[in-house]
Amino acid sequence: MTLDVPAELEKEIDERITHYPVSKRSAVLPVLHHLQHHFGYISNEAVEWTAAKLELEPIKVLEVVTFYPGFRQTAPGKYHIRVCRTLSCAMAGSYELMESICEKAGIDRSGVTHHDPIAVSADGKYSIEFAECLASCGTGPVCLVDDDFHEKVEDVDALLKQYQ
Amino acid sequence: MSEIKYLPGKEPHPRETRSVFKNVDREGWDQSIETYIADGGYEMQKKAYKMTPDEIREEVKTAGLRGRGGAGFPAGVKWGFLPPNNEKPVYLICNADESEPGTFKDRYIIHQDPHQLIEGMAISCFSVGAHLAYIYIREEFPEGAQILEKAIEEAHAKGFLGKDILGTGFDLEIYVHRGAGAYICGEETGLIESLEGKRPYPRIKPPYFPAAMGLYLCPTIVNNVETLCHVKHIMQMGGEEWSKTGKPNNTGTRILCVSGDVVNPGYFEVQVGHVTMGELINDMCGGLKDGRKLKAVIPGGSSAKVLRADETFKIGKGDDEKEIDIWDIPMDFDTLAACGSMAGSGGVIVIDDSRSISWVLNNINNFYAHESCGQCTPCREGSLWMKKITDRVVKGQASPDDIDTLDAVARNIDGRTICAFGEASSWPTESFIDKFKDELVADTSEDYEGVAVNAERELAAAGLK
Ligand SMILES: Cc1cc2nc3c(=O)[nH]c(=O)nc-3n(C[C@H](O)[C@H](O)[C@H](O)COP(=O)(O)O)c2cc1C
Ligand code: SF4
Ligand code: FES
Repeated sequence: MTLDVPAELEKEIDERITHYPVSKRSAVLPVLHHLQHHFGYISNEAVEWTAAKLELEPIKVLEVVTFYPGFRQTAPGKYHIRVCRTLSCAMAGSYELMESICEKAGIDRSGVTHHDPIAVSADGKYSIEFAECLASCGTGPVCLVDDDFHEKVEDVDALLKQYQ
Repeated sequence: MSEIKYLPGKEPHPRETRSVFKNVDREGWDQSIETYIADGGYEMQKKAYKMTPDEIREEVKTAGLRGRGGAGFPAGVKWGFLPPNNEKPVYLICNADESEPGTFKDRYIIHQDPHQLIEGMAISCFSVGAHLAYIYIREEFPEGAQILEKAIEEAHAKGFLGKDILGTGFDLEIYVHRGAGAYICGEETGLIESLEGKRPYPRIKPPYFPAAMGLYLCPTIVNNVETLCHVKHIMQMGGEEWSKTGKPNNTGTRILCVSGDVVNPGYFEVQVGHVTMGELINDMCGGLKDGRKLKAVIPGGSSAKVLRADETFKIGKGDDEKEIDIWDIPMDFDTLAACGSMAGSGGVIVIDDSRSISWVLNNINNFYAHESCGQCTPCREGSLWMKKITDRVVKGQASPDDIDTLDAVARNIDGRTICAFGEASSWPTESFIDKFKDELVADTSEDYEGVAVNAERELAAAGLK
């Protein structure tokens, strides 16, 4: 299986690689970001594709994918939610927020582990994980839904309604 | 734009001195270069580019600017560590990882005033001789990354970046590089590894001090967002004048971020050392919640050692020596160090008497266990072990001697690791035990046998001991 990267995306990626005139390897993270943004997660094919693009051994890409919490190796839901778990947000109710989102979105987190931190709702609409401090500790509890940032999240119904 | 007005409800507190945060929450302000230029933006770059690189560095040195990223190291001195007669390229990296729990200041500069950062970087790059610079921004600021890229494009179009800037012959490109959700990328050598496209395993110092051997093993300056912004204001005021703000050896303004158990959490730019902990909590943040009493404060990001509400601190030397309580601690680098903690990243986390100390420590330990990069055995194993013990404490499944084990584990991490994450992860536990041992022990139960005991029994049963 090869990865079907649209020409437009490949153009963006090629441009991005020029930001690293000294070493193409530096572009591993940005290339993976582009691919994850498009495909939702980093598949084995995406690892191979990135390695070929940057002239690296695939293991050099895979070790990056497996280290950084920001890269996923499994498909998320249509909308991916990250709830801050760290102290100030926890004091402001982030664990309760996590529970409430899971209940309303129909997500079961019981199978979640360190290596597989993402839980997806039965209908595939939402996925969720805890994230560490999102650098907005004064307005907790906070969460990210895809690239949108939400502060002082209290009304979970209103939050989910924005993502249908 | 003459008179500065702020958005309703977001006005700075009267005790604030806004410089780096001048445009944050400002009425009529936006991120465009037109707005920035209309407000005098990029004038300091023009001024600086008429000076020599050494003159700029001397101004920064005279100002006494200490790094705002965590360690408080003087920026001008750091720049001076670049090797003389160097023939390799020099790089500058802006650390926009903002990953220390409790810290939320760089976020506002990036999202609301990106050109200030770019101007600060352009001046700094000129001084250190860097023609290529990166902003390493945490992945969790997707909008921030876009805002910065747009701002860079605008600055390019106006000739503040690119080739032959302002006719000086000086070339500079700045690129935005996004991380991928790992705290350790905030540590400067981990950041550099990450920027090289690898796992962010911190490098051992010496020899890998970035100023000598940084990105691509070339001399590299890494500074925090806020630090680089201050450089612009130093150009504006002159190093000497700037050094008169704040407090000797703790000069300038800095942004304090307050979160946790106060009525109004928020960010405040104050002259360093000009407000006390009490003024910060009670006057600026509206005090504690109704009926609550202060229990503890973590004064400089979650890695800083905790201060207990009822302890006293000896500060000052010789004739100036005095004993003060927590409310009277002036919020500056040297005093917080004298109090046994640190000013760190400026993230102040307030904890009131409704909180369980075991729960707080456990939350912190979960963070460090999750974020250790795993290179050093004491850190990798120790951070997880500490989390496992406090997990048991909060579940009521720990024995009193587990707290001694916890203490021993923590004290076997710091000083034995490649990077300062070792200290960052063990200081919370060490200080919580120093100050709140009774409460931690009270959460354990005599009915549970310690792991240490169990381990010994298992070894004995297996005939290994
Ligand atoms: C574990 C760890 C995490 C850090 N995280 C950050 C961070 O998020 N942002 C930052 O500016 N500095 C961080 N630092 C400090 C950097 O290593 C470095 O000292 C700093 O960026 C230098 O900039 P400054 O001199 O302007 O403060 C961290 C340090 C450690 C040990
Ligand atoms: S101290 Fe921890 S985070 Fe730092 S290099 Fe060692 S294992 Fe990694
Ligand atoms: S603790 Fe949640 S944003 Fe910092």
